[in-house]
Amino acid sequence: MKGLVLSALMGIAALAAVLVGPGPAAAGDLSPAIPQAKGTQCVEDTQVMRRNHMDFLKHQRDDTLRKGIRGAKHSLKDCVTCHVQTGTDGHPIPVNAEGQFCQSCHSYAAVSIDCFQCHATVPGAAKSASAR
Amino acid sequence: MSHDTSRRELLKGAAAVVTLAPGLTLIAAEAGARAPGTAASPANRWGLLIDTTKCDEGCTACVDACKAEMGLGGHDRPLTDAQYIRKVTVTDPKSGHTHSLPVMCQHCANPPCVDVCPTGASMKRADGIVLVDRHICIGCRYCMMACPYKARSFAHEDQSGQKEHNPRGKGCVEACTLCAHRVDAGGQPACVEACAATGNAAMLFGDLNDPSSEIARRVAREATTRIRADLGVDPAVRYQGI
Amino acid sequence: MKKLEYRELTALTPGWLTAVGALGAVILAALGAVWYMEHNGHWVTGMTNQVVWGVPHVFAVFLIVAASGALNVASIGSVFGREPYQPLGRLSALLAIALLAGGLGAIVLDLGRPDRLDVAMTHYNFKSIFAWNVILYNGFFAIVGVYLWTMIDWRMKTYYKPAALGAFTWRLIMTTGTGSIFGFLVAREGYSSAVMAPLFIAMSFAFGLAIFILVLMGLYAASGRKVSSDLIRMKGRLLGLFCAANLYFVAVQHLTALYWAERTGIETFILFGGNIYTFLFWCVQVLLGALLPMALVYQKATTRGMVRMASILVILGGLAQVYVIIIGGQAYPLTLFPGMEVSSAFMDGQVAAYAPSLPEVVLGLGGIAIAVLVTVVGATFLRILPSSLAHGDEAEVEVLEAATHIDAEPAPAE
Repeated sequence: MKGLVLSALMGIAALAAVLVGPGPAAAGDLSPAIPQAKGTQCVEDTQVMRRNHMDFLKHQRDDTLRKGIRGAKHSLKDCVTCHVQTGTDGHPIPVNAEGQFCQSCHSYAAVSIDCFQCHATVPGAAKSASAR
Repeated sequence: MSHDTSRRELLKGAAAVVTLAPGLTLIAAEAGARAPGTAASPANRWGLLIDTTKCDEGCTACVDACKAEMGLGGHDRPLTDAQYIRKVTVTDPKSGHTHSLPVMCQHCANPPCVDVCPTGASMKRADGIVLVDRHICIGCRYCMMACPYKARSFAHEDQSGQKEHNPRGKGCVEACTLCAHRVDAGGQPACVEACAATGNAAMLFGDLNDPSSEIARRVAREATTRIRADLGVDPAVRYQGI
Repeated sequence: MKKLEYRELTALTPGWLTAVGALGAVILAALGAVWYMEHNGHWVTGMTNQVVWGVPHVFAVFLIVAASGALNVASIGSVFGREPYQPLGRLSALLAIALLAGGLGAIVLDLGRPDRLDVAMTHYNFKSIFAWNVILYNGFFAIVGVYLWTMIDWRMKTYYKPAALGAFTWRLIMTTGTGSIFGFLVAREGYSSAVMAPLFIAMSFAFGLAIFILVLMGLYAASGRKVSSDLIRMKGRLLGLFCAANLYFVAVQHLTALYWAERTGIETFILFGGNIYTFLFWCVQVLLGALLPMALVYQKATTRGMVRMASILVILGGLAQVYVIIIGGQAYPLTLFPGMEVSSAFMDGQVAAYAPSLPEVVLGLGGIAIAVLVTVVGATFLRILPSSLAHGDEAEVEVLEAATHIDAEPAPAE
């Protein structure tokens, strides 16, 4: 019971943080806090991306890997490059880390991500620097 | 979407024209970056020519370059760590003559790994590069049973430090990609580059289908062999001096 | 002949609960082993980049091969019209389904990505014998299920013969497919051969019947029902014949390979190498698993105990045989440069060491437990087992009187 109360309090605290923190969340909005991307405009409209990003990524992964088509716009690499945040130590934070772009929404929607067991979670050169 | 598709169909058609007329040298430009949105073409057949007489037994430039390029950190477990390319020392027991050569995925024209894969994850691109589509690999390892060259590895544990051009993770099979990401950008595989830079320049990369390429000219002029040519799998990697 | 009556096993008796509980515990342990292997990755097993298929595959292939053989008893009764076998058709079909389920369970849970089973069911490369096998295994469940239905439900009687013939044909094709998983491997000297398909069919006859005999004797003893010794002895003699067939194809397999200079290396390694595979081949597979059972079942006065012992030996020999094929065939290095000696940092030219890890063995045993559990539960909820298999004059036949009669109901007065 005590734990339940405690987690409820923590939930309220987290909600408060969302409400006062930066981001588009309006009062009473329970949406997750999503970090701001680097660019000004996504490759598709935000609503379209929210609904269809998985299909875009899946379509392009087959085109890229199986047909060898490069340079199309629905690239996971570009998602990571644009949405990655830089930590206080100056290193990029993996996009699937707690509270980061991919993870914040996916944990809100309770959908596990199968991309990052294999795919790099920070842009190209930086990953190898931090991993070695 | 439909716009993209029609453009692709057009390009596919163009490629077909080229294969119908193999003498045509119009499209046989030196390897450059493929235009964005263009699919790999059967007009190309990427391959390697390795001169083992130049290859030094102690040199591992190609292996080291591959590990760095593909993010193969390893876990210091030689039996289960991934190996895309390895140096094999070959000794003739009758004469004692020894030589050394690198062995990687041979990018067969008739790849047994592609034949046996139940899901189609093991696949050959139009330009002959053999890849594992790890999105649909279930980790059954039948391709590893089928490969005559022991070219494939199974990711036996969680991986970290992946390169963005070589996603890899636990539970799937992986192998040399002939550095498809570099080839598509007009470059050459990391092993070939390293062999020229710090090794003995024993490796040559190019388009076997392009009669004007150096590799095609040398293969047409000089004697070359393929490992286990008797199996009829038609590898794209050729050797000299075995 | 008396009118046959089939009766379910009685559920929830102490014996039933103990058996089901024990089987459930083994399956739980196997799931724990799977979690451990999948969480850590396969490096915690004995499997490596040299020996890519290990003990889970040995158990799985053994069970899948035995599944098709277990159906033989039903086929002999229906397709070949041998009456003494007909009452056993239902158990034969149920056991076939159960063994296949156990084998597939073990192989699927060893995949690198078992979470992608849906991919295996939706993406097919029709040039792959593996993909064909996915279809053959799923089809086996369906066709043997229908066959079982036609045996149990009298309204389905019209379809009994066609279903029997269909199931018999299907099981032959299926085991051809299983053998061809190995037979089609062009580069592996231990495998690539057309003899793999008929060899696997002969193996399936022997392994399947051995398991059938043990399950029949076990279930009847546990439920206090009677089986005539003649029936057991007849099955024993058939098992001896299947052992001989298996030995014949093993001889063809190795003699052919020995004759090819190219394969002298691997044949010497397996047959005369003085290693674990040599021991398993000669001592367990050939001597204990085939010659000794044949000696037991062809005695003038073969007893039930001797048939039971022969069946156990055939199963042990069968596991050894599959181990030698799968592990031994991979332990011997691939030949990249015929006639040359090779070495590398990736174990080229070296015999691969393989030591099965505990989780692998537990997963394999889990496959067996699944098979037995499906059989017991199936025989509890369906009318699978004849209430008595003591034929002729009751006084004349030896009957097995179990110590505890779990079936409380009296035998029907006829």
